[in-house]
Formats: sequence, C-alpha cells, structure tokens
Amino acid sequence: MFSDFINQFWPASIDGLAFGSIYALIALGYTMVYGVLRLINFAHSEVFMIGTFGAMFVPFTLGIDSTLTGIALVGVILAMIVAGMLASAGTAIALEQVAYKPLRKRGASRLAALISAIGASIFLQELFALVVIPGVFDRPERGRIQMGLPRLMERSELFSIAGHPVRVDQVVVIIAAIGMMIALDALVNRTKIGRGIRATAQNPEAATLMGVDINNIVRMTFLIGGAMAGVAGALYLISYENTNYYIGFLFGIKAFTAAVLGGIGNLRGALVGGIVLGLVENYGAILVGSDWKHVISFTILILVLMFRPTGILGESLQQARA
Amino acid sequence: MGDLTGPNSGIVIPPKNGAKLVFDEYNKTNPSVKIELVEYDSQGDGSKAVGLAQQAIKNDKVAAMIGPAFSGESAQVGPVLEEAQLPSITASATNTKLAQNGWKYWHRILPNDSVQGPGIADFIAGAAASKNAFVIDDKSDYGKPLADAVKGQLETKGVKVTTDSLDPQESDFSSVVNKVAATKPDSIFFGGYYAAAGNLLKQLRDKGVKDAKFFSADGSLDKGLIDGAGAPNAEGALVGCPCYIATADVTDEKVKKFADAYKAAYSADPAIYAAEGYDAATVLVEAVKAGNTTPEKINEFIKTVDLAGVSKQVKFGANGEVEAKDIYMYQVKNGAITLLGKASEAKLG
Amino acid sequence: MNKKTSSAGFRHQLGHFGDVVHDRWLRAPGWQRWIVYLLLIVFALLLPSESIGSFMSPDTDWATILFFPIGTYVVLAIGLNVVVGQAGLLDLGFVAFYAVGGYAMALLGTKMGWDFWVILVVGIGICALSGITLGAPTLRLRGDYLAIVTLGFGEIIRITARNTDSIGGPTGISGIPHPPNLSDDFELFGVKIFKYGVLDPRPYYYLLVALAVIVIILVKRWEKSRVGRAWAAIREDEDAAEVMGVPTFRFKMLAFAIGASIGGAMGVLWAAKSVSLNPNDFQFLLSATILAAVVMGGSGNLPGVMLGAFVVAWLPERFRELKDYRMLIFGAVLVALMIFRPEGLLPSRQRKAEFKEGSGGMGTLGAEVPGPESHGEEVASR
Repeated sequence: MFSDFINQFWPASIDGLAFGSIYALIALGYTMVYGVLRLINFAHSEVFMIGTFGAMFVPFTLGIDSTLTGIALVGVILAMIVAGMLASAGTAIALEQVAYKPLRKRGASRLAALISAIGASIFLQELFALVVIPGVFDRPERGRIQMGLPRLMERSELFSIAGHPVRVDQVVVIIAAIGMMIALDALVNRTKIGRGIRATAQNPEAATLMGVDINNIVRMTFLIGGAMAGVAGALYLISYENTNYYIGFLFGIKAFTAAVLGGIGNLRGALVGGIVLGLVENYGAILVGSDWKHVISFTILILVLMFRPTGILGESLQQARA
Repeated sequence: MGDLTGPNSGIVIPPKNGAKLVFDEYNKTNPSVKIELVEYDSQGDGSKAVGLAQQAIKNDKVAAMIGPAFSGESAQVGPVLEEAQLPSITASATNTKLAQNGWKYWHRILPNDSVQGPGIADFIAGAAASKNAFVIDDKSDYGKPLADAVKGQLETKGVKVTTDSLDPQESDFSSVVNKVAATKPDSIFFGGYYAAAGNLLKQLRDKGVKDAKFFSADGSLDKGLIDGAGAPNAEGALVGCPCYIATADVTDEKVKKFADAYKAAYSADPAIYAAEGYDAATVLVEAVKAGNTTPEKINEFIKTVDLAGVSKQVKFGANGEVEAKDIYMYQVKNGAITLLGKASEAKLG
Repeated sequence: MNKKTSSAGFRHQLGHFGDVVHDRWLRAPGWQRWIVYLLLIVFALLLPSESIGSFMSPDTDWATILFFPIGTYVVLAIGLNVVVGQAGLLDLGFVAFYAVGGYAMALLGTKMGWDFWVILVVGIGICALSGITLGAPTLRLRGDYLAIVTLGFGEIIRITARNTDSIGGPTGISGIPHPPNLSDDFELFGVKIFKYGVLDPRPYYYLLVALAVIVIILVKRWEKSRVGRAWAAIREDEDAAEVMGVPTFRFKMLAFAIGASIGGAMGVLWAAKSVSLNPNDFQFLLSATILAAVVMGGSGNLPGVMLGAFVVAWLPERFRELKDYRMLIFGAVLVALMIFRPEGLLPSRQRKAEFKEGSGGMGTLGAEVPGPESHGEEVASR
C-alpha cells in the first residue's frame, strides 16, 4: 500500500492539481456570493453545467470533428472559454434576478433562498435534459445521455516529472486556472467594482451610505462568479471531453466543500481549498481505494473544521484582503 | 416498467421500444383481444416502483409485466407481483439473487451475472490469454456482483487480479487510471454502464495504458461506449453480453427482420436489450394468441413456452431463469460494435 | 417596497382569515379541540379509500403512495422540523438518520431475526446515538458550516453502506421481515389492519399514522416546554441565549438526537414494509426534498410542515401524466413559492411577525439561520 503511494505519487499530484484547479474556479462563485450575500448559492452547480454546454456549442456549430493545430486550435479554445463564460455569467445573472432578488426584496429568510436555489437547480437540469440538449444540440431522445466532445488537440506529452508524463491539456487547465485567479484577485483588489464588492461584504448598510449601488454590486458578484464557473466548464470540457445535464451536482458539492475548506467568503481560500481537495482526494484514493474518494474529502472537511472552525485561511473577503 | 427518465434510461428505453414493436405489430393484425402497453416510469427507484406495481395490479388490472428493468427495484417489486400472482419477464435485471427467492411468477429472459461473469472471465483467460488482469467495478448493484464474479473466475484460472472501484457519477477517474498504470496489466475488465466505461477507456488510453485489452459486459454494450471513449480509443475493446444484438453484419433472417423493423420505427439501430424486450413481448403475444388472457393462464403458458426468439431460444426453467446460457462477445472494429461469436468459441483476430 | 399589489392584498386577506381561525382555535375549550383532533385522525384513517385515490393519484396506487412517499415524507419532515424549524440548525443530511434506521431494521431483522417492535426501539436508540455522534464534534459550528458538514455526513453514510460488502454493498439487503401480525382477522372498514402482508399497503399506512400521531404529540409537548423555549432562543440569537444561561450546546444536541430518532423510526418502518433496500434509496436529493417540504410548508409550524411534505410528495405522483416535465415544473414551483410566499404556506405566527418587522437586511438575507459571526461583522450589519 505504501509502495503504491510512492509509485503513484507524481501522477496523482498532477491529476489532483488539474482537477483541483477546476474545483477552485467553481468554488470562487460560491465564495463570492457568500461573502456578499451570506447565501449558499446552491444553483451554482448548474451555472457550471451550463458553462460546459456553452463551451460545447462552439465546436458543435463549427462542426469540428478532427484535431486542430496552431492558431486554429488556440482560437477555438479561446472561443470555447469565452462562450462558457458568457453562458455561465448569463445564467448566474438570470438566477439572481429570478430566484434571489425577489426574495431579498421581501426580506425572506436565507432558508427560503436555499430552497429557491434548489428549485432553480432542478429546473435548470431538467430544462437542459428536456429542451436544450435535444433541441439546440440536435439530440432528440438523447437529452439524458452523456454528450461527447470530439478531440480538439493531440494529447502529446509536454515534459515529465520523475518519469511520469505531463500532458498538454493538463498544463493548459492549470495555467488557465491560475491566470483567471490572478486576474480576479486584481479585479477585486484594484478596481472600483472590486472595492464596492469588498465594502458590501464588510457592511452593506455602510456601503449604501457611501454611495455604493448594492444591487449593481450583487449583480456584478454573480456575473464574476458565473464567469469563473464558465471558465471551469470550458476547461473541464477540453480535458475530459464529455458533459451531461447532471454533471453539476457532484462538482457543486465538491466545490462548495472546497470553498468551506479554504474559508468561505475568502477568494484565496477558494484556491487553496480547491487544490487541497483535489490533491487529498487523489492521495487518499491510492491508500484506501477510489470508491472512498468522497468519504475522504468530507472527512477532511470535518477534521479541518473541528480544528479551524472557519476553514484553512479563515472566512470573509476583507479579512484576508483578497 | 423501469427508469424511463433518469440518467440510466439508455438501458431501459431500447427493450421498451422492442416490446412496443411486437405489440404494435400484433394489434395491427386486428385480433379479437388487443394488447395495451402501459408504461410505468419508476425512475429506477424501488419504493416508487412498488406503488406503480400496486397500481398496475389493482387499478389498471394488467395481465403481465415486462420488467422491472433494474435488479434493485426488482427485489422490491418481486414480492408484490408474487403475491398478486402477476407474471413478469424482465429483460435486463441480471442480479443472480433474484432467482433464489422461489418466486413462481417471475421470469428472466437473459442469463444472470453469475453466468455472464465467468463466461467473460473464461474468455479473458482463454482466448485473450491474460496473465495479469485489473478488475474495476462501478459500485452499482449491477457492476459490483458482476465484477466479483469475473474476479473469482479469473483467480481460479490462475490469473493475477488487482481491483479498484469508481463512482460513475464522477467524470475524473484518474486515481483508478493511475493505479492501473502502475500495475501494468495485460487486460482490464470493467463492470458498469457504458457512460462510465467510455470515459474510463479514454482516460486509460490517454494515460498511456495502450496495450492492455479492455473488456466490459452487457451494461456497456452501447454505441455510447464508442462515443464516450472516442473511436480510436475504443478500437479493439471487447464487450461480453448474454444478449444477441443485431449488428450490421448479422445474417440471420429473423434477426435482420427485427433490426429493420426497429430501425424503421425508431430511426436507430436496436440497442442493448432491445431484442430481449422484443422476445419478452413475443412470449406474451403468443400467450394471448393461444387464448390466455388472465395472469394465471399467462403464467402457465410462460412456464411451458419454447420458441425461437430473436435473441435466443426462449424456454424458462423452474426458477424463472431462461435456459439458454450463451454469452456472446462483441468487439469494436472501425468504430462499430461487431459480433465475434459465443464467448466459449470466439477467437481474437 | 411595500406597494400593495392585488396579490399582496389577497395574501393579506388570506393571512387575516388565518389569524381569525388561529385566534378562535386558541380560545376554544379543550373538548372542542379534542373533537377536532379525533376528526383529523378519523380522516387520516379514511384517507386510503379508492374513491379519494382515483382523484388524488390516477396513475399510481393511492394507498401505496400514502405510505411512501407521502406519509414517509410527512414524518421525516416533522423530524427535520425539530432540527431546522425549532432549533434553527440547518441540516442538509437528514437522510442519514433515515438510512441508519432502515439499515438497523434490515440488518437486525435478517441477521439476528429480531422482531419489528424490538428493532423499532433499538433503532430509535441507535439513531439518537448517531445524532449525538454527529452532533458532538460539529454542533459548535454555526449556520452554513453545519450545513455542509451534515451534507457530508449524509454522503459518508451512504457511501460507506455502498462500499461495505458485509452489509450488502451496492446490492443492499433483501428479505427484510415484515412486522409480525398482531391479529390475523381483525377487520376495520374491510381492511385487516393488523395483518402485515406484502400486497396490502394499508396496514402499514395505519401503523405510520399511529407513529405520526405519537411523534406529533411528543414534539408538541417539547415545543411547549422549557426545551422548546430554549430552542427558540437559540434559533433567534444563539449568543444572547448563551448569555441568558441557556446551555445551548446541550439543547442543540437534544434537537439533533430527537430529529434523528424520528428519522430513524421512519426508516425502520419503511424498511419493514419494503422488503429490500439499497444505498441508492438514501440520496442527497431526499434530504433536499424534505428540507424543501419544511421550508415550503412554514418552517417551525407543525401543520404547515406536514402540509409542505404532503404537497412535495404528492404533486409529482399526481401529475404523472406530465411524465418528464413534472420535475421541471416542480423546480419552477419551488422557486415561485419561495418568491411569493417566502415564509411558507402556513407559517407560524411568530415567524410571520418577524417578516413584517423586515429583518431582511441585505447582508443577512434575514436571520433565520444564524450565520457565522466569528468576526462580529454580521451583528454590526443588522
């Protein structure tokens, strides 16, 4: 068992890192909304799901069925990421307008918002299974069956660590994810919108008094969080080449776990939580078997929360200044 | 009855379509007794299935049932059907234990897991001459017992076996793949459904596990396997099944007729268990033609039936199991599933 | 913000009518209340009749769905209401206790050959214990942290059951014994109500009604006692409760244990009827559905919660003819209900008063479930 661990350490680390960065990108959406509204956006999983289909739309309409190289490849990948962002951000905003805003106006409880989110989540899943996938993607009767993406790029080995190959697609995922994180960090810390978000997270009433348009800030928060989930969706699609209408569920739960693990409300916490979760899952799977993966991640979560009740980096947007 | 709307509906809809085909044909001949097909969507949930079965018995007064589709719901519905004395023929639930309940009204038109597993294992150890196998299951009530059966039989044949499991809801199987890569097996068996099988196969090939032969069983016998893995990755993959599906190169007259009719009706090739659904429905139609319209009489007829179906010779044993126990091997060639032959006879080209 | 649209006016009137009924109820003498209670029980007993069923569920057997999902959801919702509605602890893994109860019945019944009634008692004990085991390390966490931890716990239970071959693994357990017959030929309305066979779901339904009545009585007693007031205090402001000398941790544990016991009792009963179970019967979606039932009905108010559970369980069965589209509609209905009646269909009076006060500040989205306040910023924002 221990020798297995040594043997598989490097490939597990690489996979864990790549997968963990997808978790982290989704976790950002949970954490931002939580930071501003103190709300678990349970429907965020569907925002991710729609991101994968948004990205899928690009090769689907272009009718790509063979591998690409050079400029064409880069172009298509960028287009997929943008399409994923648009689809997800649009969904997130629509979600905010339809499922959350009326509740906020009413002064509804956070429990009501949670149920509204669960309802929206069921609705979006079924909408895709029944209407969008059969209709837009021309798959009548196959709305509930996994949809594959034709291979876009040759999966050549880029370099190797301790004799274990690292593939191009994995590198693309990790670099893109880190790039998005840096961009987001800059956005929140250096722009006016970012300042508004931080102010609202700290104290919404004071922020209003200072002339911050709260509704606008909330919308921006959903937009940015949604866009990040869209990037995650596109990256996921590029590396795993498949998606389906219920894919969001597991990612949602895991990403939410990652957000809490790192310290919900904290952007850097989402990054740390996502990557820790990705790695721990893979290491744990070597030791006790892949079927225990979820048990491992939840156990880690419970253990961390017992000793650090607010996650690894602690909560709140403003505290960690991110 | 079965999961007509859930994620695994791909396995339930083909047999339903197959059955519908038979009933439509029969009703077109304007018989004195028409057969109505009532569909029950249990979403694979045993508790819901029980309610629907009660409804079927009490209010709809059905005379016989095709299904339930999954082993889990069968275990819950079985006792209800038994007590109501309603005959059923399942075309896809392959769990071995179901036949051991002593149910008199329950029938299964395909061999169970403990026939299928060893049959495939014999092929892996025999025709494929594997020495070092890696057995993966999907932790479902279908995949796990099947993989266990394969593993047990491989070990008695002296093949070295390593195991791991995956969660089919996930899409990243890298921890399983890494384990396989570290073990360097010459054959891999996966007990589970096609969606996970396709993803798994792709990720294995991407990780450089290129030489090991990939085996799977009936749950993966679907075009979805090739779609999921990508045609180049799926090439050469072997799938065993106690079923006989009409692939393009089949010559048998009756099977061809069925395939054409199915294609005409649903504009798709007959998929997994379609032939079994067709045969199950044929048995019921024959029963009605012979003048049996009550559940009791239909059950008597099923007990004595012996007819050449599309998938096999249909004849049930006392415990409700079909007597034909042939396992067929299929292989992916040029992006399509083709029949190799019976597992006991087939050779690898 | 408080524009009186026609729908709001209608709602107001409806609420007013509710108030009148409620006041009347509070002033009614004891004997009148008892008559109503008895009528309700008789109604529950007459419910499985075919004439009602043909309207209520044309596509599936009414008596069967009265047991599951409707009755089962109602009892589970009552249990979850203790945790969420009364003590204000957000539990997203309630299905875990239901699963523990179900497995207790299945294992003790098949392996040890115990009697249903013995297992019912033992099962409740086991579930209370598992509630405490989960609660002990996690109940110090607040609000949303507790939510994700309970969610994780629910999944851990399910996956562990799935991965442990000695308790059936993914295949689960079959051949679970039915309760022993209390009487083979005692009949009421033509139903042999004490004969627990396979075919007739009604005896089980009556057993469930009995369980529900006992649970309701107990829960009501607790709610009116010191325990209930302590829960309310914790729900409204945990810190203040602590300062006032309420041993919050102990009362939170109690709420967890009681909720778990109710869920477990239902699990035992359900398993005793269904002959076989497997880990897939205990998905997260069930936890979410029960929670939706509680909130939709009116968290904290027992009749409301029961109504919510009934609606959530019944609607998808009633509209089977919509096939695929019923889940789509169900999702939309949940959103719409929360928009137009965020306090639930039948909210408790206290909760309604809170809504009028407008505690819904931007940052808190209301304060029903206390958020993590470790840095104190939420207190400041109220």
